[in-house]
Amino acid sequence: MSDELIFTYQIDGDDFTRAGEASSSVKNKLKMLGVGSDAIRKVAIAMYEGEINMVIHANGGTITVSVSDTDITMVLADQGPGIPDIDKAMEEGYSTARDEVRSLGFGAGMGLPNMKRFTDEMKIDTVIGQGTTITMKVNL
Amino acid sequence: MENNSNKFMRSVRLKESACQGCINCIKYCPTQAIRVHNGKAHIIDKFCIDCGRCIRYCPHHAKIAVYDPLTVINNFKYTVALPAPSLYAQYNNLTNVDIVLNALLKLGFDDVYEVSAAAELVSEASREYIKEHREDAPFISSACPSVIRLIRVKFPSLISRLLPIKAPVEVAAEIARARAMKKTGLKPEEIGIIFISPCPSKVSYAKAPLGIEKSNIDNVVAIKDIYPLLLPHMKHDESQLKPLSHSGRIGIGWSNAGGEVGGLLIDNYLAADGIVNILRVLEELEDEKLHGLTFVELNACNGGCVGGTLTVENAYIAMTKTKRLTRYQPVSKNHLADNPELENIFWAGDIEYEPVFRLGNTFKESLKMMSDVEKLTAQFPGLDCGSCGAPTCQTLAEDIVRGAATPNDCIYVLRSNIADLSSRIEHLTQGENAGKTLSREDDELLHKYIRELTTELASFGVPENLRQPGKKEVKD
Repeated sequence: MSDELIFTYQIDGDDFTRAGEASSSVKNKLKMLGVGSDAIRKVAIAMYEGEINMVIHANGGTITVSVSDTDITMVLADQGPGIPDIDKAMEEGYSTARDEVRSLGFGAGMGLPNMKRFTDEMKIDTVIGQGTTITMKVNL
Repeated sequence: MENNSNKFMRSVRLKESACQGCINCIKYCPTQAIRVHNGKAHIIDKFCIDCGRCIRYCPHHAKIAVYDPLTVINNFKYTVALPAPSLYAQYNNLTNVDIVLNALLKLGFDDVYEVSAAAELVSEASREYIKEHREDAPFISSACPSVIRLIRVKFPSLISRLLPIKAPVEVAAEIARARAMKKTGLKPEEIGIIFISPCPSKVSYAKAPLGIEKSNIDNVVAIKDIYPLLLPHMKHDESQLKPLSHSGRIGIGWSNAGGEVGGLLIDNYLAADGIVNILRVLEELEDEKLHGLTFVELNACNGGCVGGTLTVENAYIAMTKTKRLTRYQPVSKNHLADNPELENIFWAGDIEYEPVFRLGNTFKESLKMMSDVEKLTAQFPGLDCGSCGAPTCQTLAEDIVRGAATPNDCIYVLRSNIADLSSRIEHLTQGENAGKTLSREDDELLHKYIRELTTELASFGVPENLRQPGKKEVKD
C-alpha cells in the first residue's frame, strides 16, 4: 500500500509579505517526516519561487503538495494570464514583472529556471487568458 | 564520542513547588518544549535548547537555572576565575576593568583570565577562517550554545555553516589551565577553572559541550551570585590595583549583540539577538532568502550576553555601559602568535543533526503519523488556547500521535463528549417522565452516564489544588 499525504494551500495574490508561508509550512512538515535536508531544500526553494510567481503574475492560486515514500509532488494552479512563450520564460534573466515588483527585489527572471533546476521533473500547462498549472516533482 | 545520556543535558529546570500549572511557559517556549500535565509544567529534554526564555516569563518563578555555588573554589588547590565581559557591564561608573579583576582575587580566586582576552583570539581566528573559506559564506557564529542547539535540532542544512571555532570561554579555559599548570606545577585536576557566566546555556555547555569532546571549564557560577559579593572588594584607588586586565575594545565588546561582528572587520553581516528573531533569521537563511552575507551573528538573548538570565543589570543599560567602558581602549590586545598554550582553536568534531521533532522512526511510519496529526488537528477548534497543556492544537495532535496525550485533553473535545452523553439521557427530564421514579433501564443509564462523566473529567488534566473539594470550599 502506498500511503500518500496531501497538503493544500491557498495563495493570496499581491501580498508579498506573506509569500513563502506555504513553502515554509511544507518545509517544517517534511522535517517532521524525516525527509533528508537536500530534498527539503529543493522543495522549499522550488515551491517558494512558484509561490512568488503566483503572487506576482497570477493574483494567487492553489498549491497542492503530495508526499509519498518515493517523491514529493507540487501542483501549482492559478487562473492568471498564462505564459505566452514558455521557452522565453525559461530563459535565465527573462522577466515580465512590473517595475514596482522589481523594485522590491523580485522579478530577476530566475523563478522558472530555479524551479526547474531544483526539481527532478517539471511540467507546465498553460492556456492564455485562463491560467497556468505547474507540476514539479522531487524524488526521494 | 559524545556521551549519549548527556546529549540533551539542560540547565533550565522546573521548580515544581512553585509551578502553578498556568500556560505562560508553554506559549513562550520557542521550541515548544514545555507541556503542562496534571497541573505541573514539564520540560521535554530533547526539545529544550536552554535559552532561558521560560525563566524570564514564568510569573511564579518556577523555571530556574541550575549552576554551581561559589564554594566550588574549595574543591581545588588553585583556582582561576574566568569573568565573562558581561560581568563588567553590571557595575555603575566602572572606569577600569582591573577594579573588578582585583576584587575577584580578594574574593578567593588565585588568578583571573578574562574571557574577553580569549574572545580577541577567536576574532582573529574567525577573520582568517572567513578569508580562507570565502566561497562557503555565510558563516553562523557558534559562540552561543543555545544557537548551536537550536540549529542542531531544527536546521540540519545550516549545521555546515556554523563557524567551527571554539567559543571564547573555552579558549580562555584552555589557556588559563595551561598557564596555571606552568605557574604552579600542579596537576590539571588540582586546578579549578571557574567561569562566571551570564546564562544557564553555558552551564550545560561546560558539562556537555558541542564541537569538542570535553570542556576545560570545571565549574560555572552565576554573575548574579558574584555581583554583590564583589562590591565590598571593589577599590577605586587605582594606584593599589594589580594590573590584570589584558583585553581591548573587540574582546570586551563581545558582551553586546553586534560585538562579535565588530571584531571581524567586515561590512556585509547580519547580527540578530533574541531567540524569536534568530529563529526567523535561521528560517530565511535556510530558505536562501538572504543574499550577500559573509557572517551571521546570533545571540539567543536580547541585547546579547548582557541580556542573559543570570545577569542583574537591564540589558540595554548594560550595553551602553560596555560601550562607555571600552571607548578609550585599544582595538585589541591579544594575538594568536602570543598564545602558544592554545593547541587548537578549532572544533575537534562535527555537530550532528538530531531529528528530535521527527514523528516516527521510519519515513513510512512518520507519513502515517503525520496523516493522523492532520486528521486530529482538524478536529480541534484551532484556538491554540493551551488548556490541554500543549502550546497549540497542532502540538497536541503531535503529542497524541506520539502517545503522550489523548484527545480528551482538549477541553472542547471533552465538552462535546459530555454534551453527547447528556443528550443520551435527556429524555429522563422531559415530558411525563420528569421527576418520576426511574425505571430499571433508565436507572442503569443514569449510572452509566455518571460513570462516564467521571471518567471523562478525570482524564482531563485538572490541577491538583482544584481536585479536592475541601480546598475549594476554603477558597469560597
